[in-house]
Amino acid sequence: MIAKSQNSFWRAICYLIAITLLTPLVVLLIQGGRASTSLFSHLWQTVLPDYIANTLILGVGVVLLSLVFGVISAALIVYTNVKWKNTLRWLLMLPLAMPAYIVAYLYTDFFDYAGPVQRALRTLFEWNSPADYMFFDLRTLGGAVIIITFVLYPYIYMLARTAFEEQDQNLLRASRTLGYSTFQSLIKVALPLARPAIAVAASLVLMEALADFATVQYFAVNTLTTAIYDTWLGYSDLAAANALASVLMLFIFFVIVIERRARAGQLHQSNRVNKNQQLIILPKFWQIIASTFCWFLVIAGFILPFSLLVIMVWEYGSYEQLLSLIPMGSNSIKIAIWAASLTVVVALIISLFKRLSNDRFSALPLHITGMGYAIPGTVLAMAMMSTFAPIDYMINDIAAYFNQPEPGLLLSGSIFAIIFSYIVRFSAIANGTIDSGISQISKSLDNAPSSLGVGLPKMLTKVHLPLLKPSILVAWLLVFVETMKELPTVLLLRPFNFETLSTQIYQLISDEMLEQGALGAIFIVILGLLPIMWLNRDPKA
Amino acid sequence: MSLQATKIVSNIHIVNALLLSLIFSFNVNANSDEVNVYSYRQPFLVKPLFDQFTDDTGIKVNVVFSKKGMSERLAREGKYSPADILLTTDISRLIELKDRDLIQVNNSEVLSQAIPSQYRSSDHTWFALTTRVRNIYSSKRLGDIAINYEDLADPKYKGRICTRSGKHAYNVALVASMIAEHGEAYTQQWLEKFKANLARKPQGGDRNQVQAIHQNLCDIALGNSYYFGQMLKDENQKAWTDAVNINFPNQSDRGAHVNVSGMALAKHSPNVNNAKALMAFLVSKPAQQLYAEINMEYPVRSDVAPSKLVASWGSFKADKLPLETIAKNRALALKLIDKALFDL
Repeated sequence: MIAKSQNSFWRAICYLIAITLLTPLVVLLIQGGRASTSLFSHLWQTVLPDYIANTLILGVGVVLLSLVFGVISAALIVYTNVKWKNTLRWLLMLPLAMPAYIVAYLYTDFFDYAGPVQRALRTLFEWNSPADYMFFDLRTLGGAVIIITFVLYPYIYMLARTAFEEQDQNLLRASRTLGYSTFQSLIKVALPLARPAIAVAASLVLMEALADFATVQYFAVNTLTTAIYDTWLGYSDLAAANALASVLMLFIFFVIVIERRARAGQLHQSNRVNKNQQLIILPKFWQIIASTFCWFLVIAGFILPFSLLVIMVWEYGSYEQLLSLIPMGSNSIKIAIWAASLTVVVALIISLFKRLSNDRFSALPLHITGMGYAIPGTVLAMAMMSTFAPIDYMINDIAAYFNQPEPGLLLSGSIFAIIFSYIVRFSAIANGTIDSGISQISKSLDNAPSSLGVGLPKMLTKVHLPLLKPSILVAWLLVFVETMKELPTVLLLRPFNFETLSTQIYQLISDEMLEQGALGAIFIVILGLLPIMWLNRDPKA
Repeated sequence: MSLQATKIVSNIHIVNALLLSLIFSFNVNANSDEVNVYSYRQPFLVKPLFDQFTDDTGIKVNVVFSKKGMSERLAREGKYSPADILLTTDISRLIELKDRDLIQVNNSEVLSQAIPSQYRSSDHTWFALTTRVRNIYSSKRLGDIAINYEDLADPKYKGRICTRSGKHAYNVALVASMIAEHGEAYTQQWLEKFKANLARKPQGGDRNQVQAIHQNLCDIALGNSYYFGQMLKDENQKAWTDAVNINFPNQSDRGAHVNVSGMALAKHSPNVNNAKALMAFLVSKPAQQLYAEINMEYPVRSDVAPSKLVASWGSFKADKLPLETIAKNRALALKLIDKALFDL
């Protein structure tokens, strides 16, 4: 445990961070509280029940399917001799680099009645109309669940795989000497041990699925986010939209709290980590099934959509297009690096505080800073403006009082607001990843250095941070890739002449011209891939 | 790599300092030879116009494409807003800006003379730049037909109509015009019957509907005319347009429903003179011609002809319903669409 003076200083910093990040959400809640009830009763009597049902089915469906895809693939990669193991190990992460709204666009286009697949089938079998044959309709709730899962399962895969790899294999060996089969010890020992990481990943997937707007829109599936947008942009009632967003946020918070309660008291740590896994040797037949399963995920989540983009670039791309993308690409990278680094720093400060402080409420900052992820980006952007515009006004008033030139919208009108909103929105990712990493470190390591007379800074830099290296890297990577892809916030908050790759693609998609934006989309994917590749260059990293 | 984490932590203060410098470097101030545009229109659509303006006057045009929440952004920015001109693609957005007191009067003679009174506000706050028709596309299999918006509810089209979301601004405006013409009760029934006629759940964009006719999925679809022009220009999409006729509805009675793209002068415009110059430029004959050519919409000036391609679809009678009425009926239109569970 840490010294009292250090503890209160640290606590002050954590609370300050938490309050700062929470402010826009509080502004949102307050504005939502002012909403009129008449619009609600209209929505409740008409579309809202369907929207809520769709939202629940979407959330539960995506989480369950992602768990199936992510956990099984992670277990196969870590614990079995699945064929192409070393290649699949990193290939399985690639869908993470694909923005969901682009995948949605590509797939709906591809599998639509008018798309190439059904066209080819009709030509081949001489069918003439939809009545002649059965084909799955992608623009349904089920279609949305499947496609969104293809891009979100890597969250679960990544965190589960890291957890499996970090596990103390002695525990598994012990369970086998006590009579479990290899498979049984996986289910009864390895899986429960990895549960904190998997739970964190599942909650990220849930939040991502529920806050999504652009993707479900392509699937013509109406969810609570649809209601939020309709209320704000259609009925021009921002207060009611904020109220709906608050409901969504509180719902997600509730789910997370329940999940945390459910595994409260469980301990997941080991002193002497032995990472040498004993592989399960799959029979030939199962080996083929297993690697087919993994390849299916990689192809559906990455190779197919990426190839479709490449084909579009082949047909529509040009050298001029490429040149025009360079400044946008550099803007995207710049804000992604800032957002990722700051978010990770924040996450480290508050999750280490949770671990090392002797404070009763030490977990509070960690929990509340993660709530921003539940807010659809657009709504968060509005909250950001409501929060910072008054501060900007104050700054201008002060400047005027001292006869200084007024600086204008210093915070709300610059990329400060964008980066800040990214920290609010993506803290959940970094917090979850780093917190679950910390929970894998044995508690006794916290006390050992101090009993040896080593100070807190030294203990952190020599003990905790090195052990956390993989989690820190994963957190940074996840936030970097997310910010590269993020669209609504940057669309609403960006200053003049500030384009990113995603805003440029969105402009083209919204005018039904993704073909022209395909090159930019490929850029986003490749820039998202680089850190994934880098992270994977050494399997032990 | 082991240094990575420790580096991050020890460099917080450097990060903060850099962040502050970054903020200052992105701050936008009013500049005498610039004009700032918040635009719902895609920059690549308006850029050729702005380039021409810059060539003519030396005034630089900055654009932010702001698909959603323009009025919200302006309201929050208040008197410090850098915006001079607002460009929108739907009448309701223009009226919303006016209702929220975010725009100011521009008493320009040039604008009043160039734009027919139907297409600008009586108090000189907003001005249309182009008009766009909500067409009904029909499959060539049906031959030449005369069709009205009311016919979309005709049971003979059961399972044969395609459209994008009922809540898309273009459809909401159409429903609003139906309310103005027939009243709430009729429109509600019309929406329900229209929904019953749909071949599939509302989805995709306007082009997808033409594509669906091409693929025999439906026979009738709603869509704006300029998409038709854009598809004709695209080699891969031209085949879709070959399958359809473009119809101007209600030619025997009130005329086809027309929406506008338009502009307004921001209330706190820091570069008023430049903004007025740009607004005047946008309704000038050469600019209107250029606009018509690039976007394949109808120029708002009656003395500028539409592009040859657009003209080849024939002339038509436009609904004379004041645009302000359409905007006024918008919220009710949305409610009726919700009630009919049109998108579900």
